[in-house]
Amino acid sequence: MPNDASNTKSMSIIATKGTLDWAYPPFILGTSAAAMDMEVTMFFTFYGLNLLKKDLDLKISTLGNPGMKMPMMGMHMAMPNIVSTIPGVDRGATTMMKNLIKKKGVASIEDLREAAVESDVRLIACQMTLDLFEIKKEDLIDGVELGGAVTALEVAGESDINYFM
Amino acid sequence: MAVHELDAKGLNCPLPILKAKKMLKGLPTGDVLKIESTDPGSVADFAAFARQTGNELLSSESAGDVYTFEIKKA
Repeated sequence: MPNDASNTKSMSIIATKGTLDWAYPPFILGTSAAAMDMEVTMFFTFYGLNLLKKDLDLKISTLGNPGMKMPMMGMHMAMPNIVSTIPGVDRGATTMMKNLIKKKGVASIEDLREAAVESDVRLIACQMTLDLFEIKKEDLIDGVELGGAVTALEVAGESDINYFM
Repeated sequence: MAVHELDAKGLNCPLPILKAKKMLKGLPTGDVLKIESTDPGSVADFAAFARQTGNELLSSESAGDVYTFEIKKA
């Protein structure tokens, strides 16, 4: 990767989750590492493949998520599982989360992903997951490579930092 | 030596760093980028960014809720 500075470290991330909240850790660390001139590879597998789709329609679910306490009217609100199962609750929670993201000046996943592409982060989609869930390469953004476990491991073996998310 | 300014106020992690990096990329060596941020986390982050990228952190100051950094492009 063409770098203009002295940092020669490298990082690889395996992204396995496909929800709006869990899209943040890999993209925040990936783009930040690229900004620090690290060589960055992100490998997307299972639900993580959602994060590479052209049509990014990411949602959150409150179901089975007791750690999620949204700030609301000066308090923090967690959602009981029985309420989470009501149709429309996840959609409402997703809207709330998106509003919160905007209000707090947090980047959108679209912006972070664009920053990753612009800073030459290597994006690899798991071939097996594409087959398993019948996702076409054309459904993914341009510039994505295809690879398997060995590709991910080869990158990991050459990286200074490895994260599984 | 020219001084360039970046207003990153209101932006949260990692946007101040990403925007600073993008601007630094286009600057000639020796030019200074002055960044204003309201993200308290950016104090530690700009120091680490400078250490890791070799760009020099000339100053890091805070006044009220605004943090100001000056980074010299290496």
